Amino acid sequence: MPAADEYDGAGHRFTTPLEVADSLAAVGYIADPRISGAVFLAGRLGKPLLAEGPAGTGKTELAKALSRVTGARLIRLQCYEGLDESKALYEWDYRKQLLRIHASRDAAAEQWQALERDIFSEEYLLARPLLEAIRSEDDVVLLIDEVDRLDIETEALLLEVLSDFQVSIPELGTVAARRRPLVLLTSNNSRELSDALKRRCLFLHIGYPGAEREREIVRSAVPGISEHLATQLTQVVLSLRGLQLKKKPSVSETIDWARTLLLFESSELDPADVVAALPVLLKHQSDIELATRELGRVPS
Amino acid sequence: MTVATARSGPPRPGPDGPGRLPRAPQEAAEAVLAAVEELIGELRQIGVPVSTSESIDAVRSLEYTDPLQPDQLRAALAAALVKSHRHGRAFDTVFDLFFSPGPRPSQDGGPAPDADGTPVRGRLAARLAGAGDTELRDLLVRVLDQRDDLGLRAVTAELVDRHARIRPGQPVAGTLAVQRTFRAVEPDDLRERLAGLSGGADGSPVSGLRVRLAAEEADRRVERLRQEIETEVRRRLVEDRGAAAVARSLRSALPEDLDFLTASTAELAALRAALAPLPAQLAGRLSATRRRARRGPLDFRRTVRASLSAGGVPVRLAFRPPRPAKPELVLLADISGSVATFAGFTLHLAQALRTQFRVVRSFVFVDGTDEVTDLLAGSDGAVEAARRIDESGSGVRLDGRSDYGNALRGFWDRWGTQVGSRSIVVVLGDARTNYRSPSVESLSELRQRAGRVYWLNPEPRAAWGSGDSVMDQYAPHCDDVVECRNIRQLRQFIERLA
Repeated sequence: MPAADEYDGAGHRFTTPLEVADSLAAVGYIADPRISGAVFLAGRLGKPLLAEGPAGTGKTELAKALSRVTGARLIRLQCYEGLDESKALYEWDYRKQLLRIHASRDAAAEQWQALERDIFSEEYLLARPLLEAIRSEDDVVLLIDEVDRLDIETEALLLEVLSDFQVSIPELGTVAARRRPLVLLTSNNSRELSDALKRRCLFLHIGYPGAEREREIVRSAVPGISEHLATQLTQVVLSLRGLQLKKKPSVSETIDWARTLLLFESSELDPADVVAALPVLLKHQSDIELATRELGRVPS
Repeated sequence: MTVATARSGPPRPGPDGPGRLPRAPQEAAEAVLAAVEELIGELRQIGVPVSTSESIDAVRSLEYTDPLQPDQLRAALAAALVKSHRHGRAFDTVFDLFFSPGPRPSQDGGPAPDADGTPVRGRLAARLAGAGDTELRDLLVRVLDQRDDLGLRAVTAELVDRHARIRPGQPVAGTLAVQRTFRAVEPDDLRERLAGLSGGADGSPVSGLRVRLAAEEADRRVERLRQEIETEVRRRLVEDRGAAAVARSLRSALPEDLDFLTASTAELAALRAALAPLPAQLAGRLSATRRRARRGPLDFRRTVRASLSAGGVPVRLAFRPPRPAKPELVLLADISGSVATFAGFTLHLAQALRTQFRVVRSFVFVDGTDEVTDLLAGSDGAVEAARRIDESGSGVRLDGRSDYGNALRGFWDRWGTQVGSRSIVVVLGDARTNYRSPSVESLSELRQRAGRVYWLNPEPRAAWGSGDSVMDQYAPHCDDVVECRNIRQLRQFIERLA
C-alpha cells in the first residue's frame, strides 16, 4: 500500500493542530486541543477518525464544520440496523440492465459476452455513499453517522473502505480512491464497536465541554448574548449535569436555551427563568421535577 | 539517494512535505521515541489493549507533532493508542508521568510571553518563598479566583515545598504527599472564601440558585487545585525516581477490573460510570445471540413456492423466523454489608435488562428473604435502588448478619413452587454463613425444580471455603459457580445467559 503522503485529500491541507482549531473557529466550531489534534492527525496520517460521546455534543457538527473549512463536499451515510451493501456501497441498476438486454434480444449468441461486459460496467452501477466518496474527483468529507447502530456483521462492510480506501466489486474489480476522503465516524457508544473497526480508526472522545469552552460555544452560536449571561447559563447547565438525571442536557440544548433567553431579552438569570427553561433543557418529566427540587438547594 | 548519504543525513530521511516538522536533533527524537515505547509498555501492563498497528500509528504521529507541546503530543498519542473512553483516565495518568513538563514551566495558554517566562517565574518563586503562610493563602485565593494558571502552578510548587514532605528514594505513589498538602490548604475554608468572592459580588439579590452556582464553581476551582498539587507531586517523584518506577507504584485497575468488594468511594463512582452503558450493550448482544442461535421450523408454504422456480424441486428450504422462548430470571441476592455493593450493581443491571427475559424477579436476603421486584421496577439507578431496599428493611429478620440457611429455606418454602424448568436462578453472595447451618438441601431441591442454578461469588476463588465460607458445600448443587469480582466478569456471565 502506498504511503498516506502520496494521496491528496481534504484532510491534507492543515499544517498544525492550531491551524485546525483556528479555521474551525472561523466557521463557528469551537474545538479543544484534543479535537483539533485528532482531526489534524487524521488528515496527516490519512486515517478515519472515530468520534464517540453522548448525543448532542457536536460530533456530526464537526464533520459539517470540516466540510465548510476545507470546501470539500460532505457525503453522509446514516447508519441504522439492517443497513446493507446495496444501501451503503453500491447496487447494480438492474432495470437499466434489463432494458439493455431487451434492446439487444435479437443479437447473435456470440455477442452475449460483449453484452455481459457491457451491462456490468460503471454505467450500470448505482453508487451509494461509500462508493461515491471513494470515486469522487474532488475533495470529500465522508461522515458515517451513528456507526454503533449497525449490526456487528454489517460493520465488516466498512472495513475495506476504512483501511484501504477502496471498494471491491466482483464484476468490475477494485475501485480505489483518487483523493483520500477525510472520514469521520460517530458513535453514541450504545454498544462496543468491534476491535477491527477501532484499530483502523483514530479515536476521539467528545464529552460535555468544560465551562469555558461551553461559554465560547454559546457565544459563537448566539452572537447577541452578553458574556455575563453566557457565563451564568453555562454554570446552570453544568450544575444540572451534576445531578442524577436520566438524560443530561447537551450542548445543543444549552444553545437552544441561550436563543430563548435572547428572545425574551433577559440580561440577568433569576431562578424563575431557570425553572421556566427546564423543559428546553431536560426531556423527561421526572428529570424536570428533580431539577426543580434540587436547583434551589445549596449543596452541603 | 544512496545508503551512505541516508546514514550520514538527518535521522530517517523522508520527504519533508507540508506539515511535517523540521527534524529535531537526533537525541531528542530518540528520547521521545523511547518514552513512547515505555508508555505503550505501561499501558499494556495496566490492561489497555494496544495492538502493533496502533503503536505504529503512535510513532508515525510523532512526525507531525511538536515534542515541546505536551498538549499536541497528548492529543496525538491518545487518538492513536486509546480506543475507549473508559481507558482515557488511565492514559492521562501514564502520559503525565512519561511526558511531565519538567522543572521548566510549560508555556501553554498563560498570559506571560514565552521569552521572559523564566525570569518572571524566578522572581515570583523567590517572592513566594519569602511569603508567610497567610500571605500565600491570600495569593492562592486570588489565582484560583482569577483562573491564573501560571500563578497557580507557582503557588502550588511553593505549597508542595512546604507541606508535602516528600522523602527521596521512597517507592510511593505520592498519595500521602498530595493529601498532606491538600489538607494544609484547608480546602473547606478555601471553598467558602471562593464562593463568597463570586457570590454577591455585584450586589444583586442572593437567591438559593446563585449560592448553589457559586458553591459549585468554588468546588471546581478547589478540585483544579487538587489536581495541580497531584501533578506537582508526581512531577517531583518522577524527577526523583524516573517515570517507569512511579508508574509502577501508581498502577491502578481499569474501571472494568475494579474489585466490587474493595472499591473506594471514588472507585465506586468510576464503577458506576462504567456500568451505565452496559445494559444497552448487553441487550443488543443478548437478542442477537438468541436470534442467531437456532432457526425456526420449516415454512412449508414458502418452501413450495420457492420450489416452483426449480421445477418443483425444493432446492431451497425456507424456515419460519425463530421465536426462541425467553428465559425467566430469578435473582437471589445477599445484601448484607460486605457484599451489598456487588448485589446492588447486579440487581440494577438485571432490572435494566428485563426486556431480554420473560420475567425478572429479584429477591434479597440477609437472614430472611423478601421480594423486591416492585421496589426495583420504579427506580432509576443503582444508587436509588439500593436506597429503596435499605429503607424498606427488606431481607432482615433478626440481627442483620447473613444467614444463608434460613434465607434459602425461606425462599424455597414461600416461592419454590413458582420456580419452573424455564427459570434461571442466580444466587449472589459470598456464602459466608457466620457459622450457621447452611441448609444445603433447600438449594438441592431448588436445583431439581429450576432450569439452571448459578452462583455468583464476589470473592476471589482462593478464598472460597475458608473460614465461615461454605461455598464448597453449595457448589455441587449449582450448575456453575462463577467468580464475579469485577464488571468484566459480570459482563461475561450475562453474555453466557443468552
